[in-house]
Amino acid sequence: MTTSTRRGLLRGTALGSIALAAALVGCSKKEEASTTMAASAPAAEASAAAAPASAASGALKIAFVYVGPVGDGGWSYAHDNARKALEKELGDQVKTSYVESVPESADAERVFRDLVSQGNTLIFGTSFGYMEPMLKVAADNKGVRFEHATGYKTADNLRTYDSRTYEGAYMAGVVAGGMTRSNVIGVVGSIPIPEVIRNIDSYTLGAQSVNPKVKVRVVWVNEWFNPPKETEGAQSLIDGGADVLLQNTDSSAVLQTAEKNGKYAFGWDSDMTHYGPKAHLASAAINWAPYYIQAAKEAKDGTWKSGKSWWGVKEGAIDLVSISDKVPADLKAKVDKVKAGLKDGTFSIWKGPIKDNTGKEVLKDGVVADDAFLGGIKFFVAGVDAPVPGSK
Amino acid sequence: MDTYALLLAATLNAGTILAIAGMGLLINERAGVVNLGAEGMMLVAAIAGFATAVATGNDWLAFGAGALAGAVMAACFGVLVIWLNTNQYATGLALSLFGSGFSAFVGIHYTQERLGPRPHFAIPGLADIPFIGPALFRQHPMVYLAVALMVGLTWFLYRSRTGLVLRAVGESPESAHALGYPVRRIRLLAVTCGGALCGVAGAYLSVIYTPLWVEGMVAGKGWIALALTTFATWRPSRVLLGAYLFGGVTMLQFHLQGQGVAISSQLLTMLPYLATIGVLVLISRNPAWIRANMPASLGKPFFPGG
Repeated sequence: MTTSTRRGLLRGTALGSIALAAALVGCSKKEEASTTMAASAPAAEASAAAAPASAASGALKIAFVYVGPVGDGGWSYAHDNARKALEKELGDQVKTSYVESVPESADAERVFRDLVSQGNTLIFGTSFGYMEPMLKVAADNKGVRFEHATGYKTADNLRTYDSRTYEGAYMAGVVAGGMTRSNVIGVVGSIPIPEVIRNIDSYTLGAQSVNPKVKVRVVWVNEWFNPPKETEGAQSLIDGGADVLLQNTDSSAVLQTAEKNGKYAFGWDSDMTHYGPKAHLASAAINWAPYYIQAAKEAKDGTWKSGKSWWGVKEGAIDLVSISDKVPADLKAKVDKVKAGLKDGTFSIWKGPIKDNTGKEVLKDGVVADDAFLGGIKFFVAGVDAPVPGSK
Repeated sequence: MDTYALLLAATLNAGTILAIAGMGLLINERAGVVNLGAEGMMLVAAIAGFATAVATGNDWLAFGAGALAGAVMAACFGVLVIWLNTNQYATGLALSLFGSGFSAFVGIHYTQERLGPRPHFAIPGLADIPFIGPALFRQHPMVYLAVALMVGLTWFLYRSRTGLVLRAVGESPESAHALGYPVRRIRLLAVTCGGALCGVAGAYLSVIYTPLWVEGMVAGKGWIALALTTFATWRPSRVLLGAYLFGGVTMLQFHLQGQGVAISSQLLTMLPYLATIGVLVLISRNPAWIRANMPASLGKPFFPGG
């Protein structure tokens, strides 16, 4: 008798608590959204802003939607730094606001609709999962321009933008290849999607360009953000002999684990020097500011057109920053050469011959990969000591 | 060979957090109170410990702050469920939700902070023994304290008079009350101790294990610790073993991935849960095992004179 009533009670409380949790989350998000936006616009303006194409006079109202807290020190932090840079660059011509920690759920659509009704005419959504909500809201608000980071669906008033993070991974690889003593370097991967696999491959190619003997090991935590798991993954790579680590996850846990173990690691997305000054070799940072500034200017002077952008070192969106003094000058020079080559287009990371780690040639001698090829990478290059999850 | 020593070392370290929190929860469950707020208590303790470590540079003060934070939260929970007779499950879940929100709120300015160099420990002499040294004797003292805690708790529950009273309160609060024991105060004390231990585990996580503070960093370890008490059929020694098993499977899956073993990591991630189910099946083969240890009044409110 006790077990069945207990079970019933548990089930009841579980359901109740889920409902309670949903209600709580809903409330707190609403509050967060409205307080952030209250600063920028009284709600009464909402109806007047319904036809925003004519709102050319006065400051351009721009809103940003972040998936994490701006204090994550990584992805959302980088976006918010770019927002600040945009405000600084364009001054009174723009007025920006942001909403942070917006989940990739039905909540997102409401946040975007709120932002439209607040009179924003240029709205950036900075996470992949906002794709469908943004498409819906964009279809209903033709006068508002939408920009979606890392997505692939566009509309007349919705365009996508992304950064070539693999260029940063390649430059980090050059440093890693030169700094490793064990010839084993590691990557803590998040989720095995093409973007992350491409970054691991590029890191490997970079390391091999200076050290043909180098081997790359990979562990997956299957989450973007889980510091204890990232720590455990990093620790197991170090225990297995890796002495330089890169992570494609969102926290600084891997860098701090390397610091604790006296090994080397990199910062990712943002400059992470201060999280582990001894372990930090460099940070593969994304600078969204040039893109945001250009998009705002285009929206202002009416030249904004839908499309897809993929910016890298060339456009100033990707850089390897804060290179440590421990990196010898000749290695730094190699990184500078790569950077210069990427800038003027004389160097391509993905140029054949490239083989995958089963020995199959994926890119013929002299062939440079196009963006379609890069967008669909599902294999590890030779030198990565692991199978791609789910591959046969 | 050395790799396996390090794997073992990492396993003990990973299991320590679960073991300390699990044993804390065991204490209050033995007194008949289920506290589902472990995750929230650990988060608040993690930020309290981290902030203290940043301010003072002393890890042991940080553990103390974590224990205090956990104890205060647990005491509030205790007053609600023991005196005001609110539903234990709902109140525990509310405590968990409150803890994650509150820790994020007070921790906003600590995400950019970092701690000084993390200490390294080695037991002189023993640490240099091949294989055994790196595997067992280069751990943070907390790892050994967890083992000592298990021994102490086993003695307390099964050999001491106070432990007997605690168990009596969890088995039959009416009888304990009739004998003149202050059931409510004993339960509150047990809940507070449980919270303090969860707090120590949370502070160890943010100060030693993953030395940083970010929102939500406990990432489910509190829930695993809760599952662990059931998994261990409310016995301290099995809590410790279960914690090492959970830690071991997690570390093993990363280890195999790092070695390039062609097992999908998703399958490996399921291993701790498969192991739990496997052990549960083994235990339920002999129902006497689980019945004998499960506190008979677990989760039931007590009304003196009612």
